[in-house]
Amino acid sequence: MSILLELEDIQFSYPGQPPVLRGASLGLAAGERVALVGPNGSGKSTLLRIALGLLRPARGTIRAFGETRQREADFVDLRRRIGLVFQDPDDQLFCPTVAEDIAFGPLNLGHSRAEALRMVDQVLDQLALGHLRDRITHHLSGGEKRLVTLATVLVMRPDVLLLDEPTNALDPENEERLLAILQALPQAILLVSHDPGFRARLVQREERLVNGQVSGNSGGT
Amino acid sequence: MAGRARGAAPLRQVDPRARIVSALAFAVVVTGLSTLGALALAMAAALLALGCSGLPAARTLKRMAMMDGFIIFMLLILPFSTPGTPALTLPFGVVATVEGFRLAVEIGLTANAVILMLMALVGTMEPVMLGHALARLRVPRALVHLLLFTVRYIEVLRAEYARSRVAMRARAFRPGSNRHTWVSLGHLIGMMLVRALERSERILQAMKCRGFTGRIPLLDDFSWQATDRRFCALFGLGLLALVALEVALVHLA
Repeated sequence: MSILLELEDIQFSYPGQPPVLRGASLGLAAGERVALVGPNGSGKSTLLRIALGLLRPARGTIRAFGETRQREADFVDLRRRIGLVFQDPDDQLFCPTVAEDIAFGPLNLGHSRAEALRMVDQVLDQLALGHLRDRITHHLSGGEKRLVTLATVLVMRPDVLLLDEPTNALDPENEERLLAILQALPQAILLVSHDPGFRARLVQREERLVNGQVSGNSGGT
Repeated sequence: MAGRARGAAPLRQVDPRARIVSALAFAVVVTGLSTLGALALAMAAALLALGCSGLPAARTLKRMAMMDGFIIFMLLILPFSTPGTPALTLPFGVVATVEGFRLAVEIGLTANAVILMLMALVGTMEPVMLGHALARLRVPRALVHLLLFTVRYIEVLRAEYARSRVAMRARAFRPGSNRHTWVSLGHLIGMMLVRALERSERILQAMKCRGFTGRIPLLDDFSWQATDRRFCALFGLGLLALVALEVALVHLA
């Protein structure tokens, strides 16, 4: 299998704090579903942000789709091909209506208005969310917000999905629905989740992030 | 985002851009009027607009009266502070002048006509629609973004504030006029600022992930139609009539 995303020997510390990541390495191959687990504050979300160039590591290399990424310009096309679903949906949904929010990415990629709207309807159909199309984003329920954030990322047609605690604040019914959607996706997935049941049903492999380093162990199936 | 609401009150079917520009033009013209006749006509026009706006009249007039609260003291003092022909003498030699009364009525009419027209034309728009219309009128992008982000996040901030206040109450916090209260509320506001700043950074990151480069593409379907042309022509004629009346009254005097 081809390696899509590879982080090697990543070191990172927030200003004025001890290092969070001390030489963490992680790889993700096409079609693979991997969970990243570790205690609170161990740097899981930080590692996801580093993978997308939203934070810059003090040391280490990021390779994605066969190229080493260093400068901001290297990350622009990478961010289209790797979609990150943030922990808090309110961070991600900033447009007034659902359709506008989902169209934001495609329009940024240079698609025309008509194309963008077609892509919006397509992804809403795929997730069976058509009824939310013209709703105001901040009036959505927690579960609806979560599914819409997934739509805003999927509409960019990424090759890899990074999910940061996607089951946070979801009721069992919505969690089941999210799981079914994710299981049906062809994309490689890197999942950060504290929910062992959810992990076991979605991923093939688990990696532990402890003391700033990743140590693999094969869990799940 | 639909620009107009079908089957709603007549004014709501006019293109938002036309409504904003008309309200602005009305404000400019009315602040330039000085004869009471022309101002009375302007006030009548504003009341007519209120009637066509579908706003509940009583509640809107109450909101207008709230605005009057800000200028009431100036209006009360003007008759006594303006020099001129005495009209009324109060005990202790306080004199109100005809010119002063006239000026107070003039300012009161101007302010109320403008605010009423603004509420009838612009106040009936969803804030989001207002943002889109301003963007289409080429208002600087940064200001439009500021408005849209405010609309989007004010509820998030309010909910955060409410949660914090509940959490404080849950630990037996009872506000009073004491140091502990001020320090605690200071912490609360400080914490909200820090969280808002961090949230704004996360939002920017999320936007970058979706290819944000400084432009937010807006989806709207404003279209300029015959109704809008008619509205603008009619409104323009009305403004001309106000100016004509003003000129005629000044010449008569």
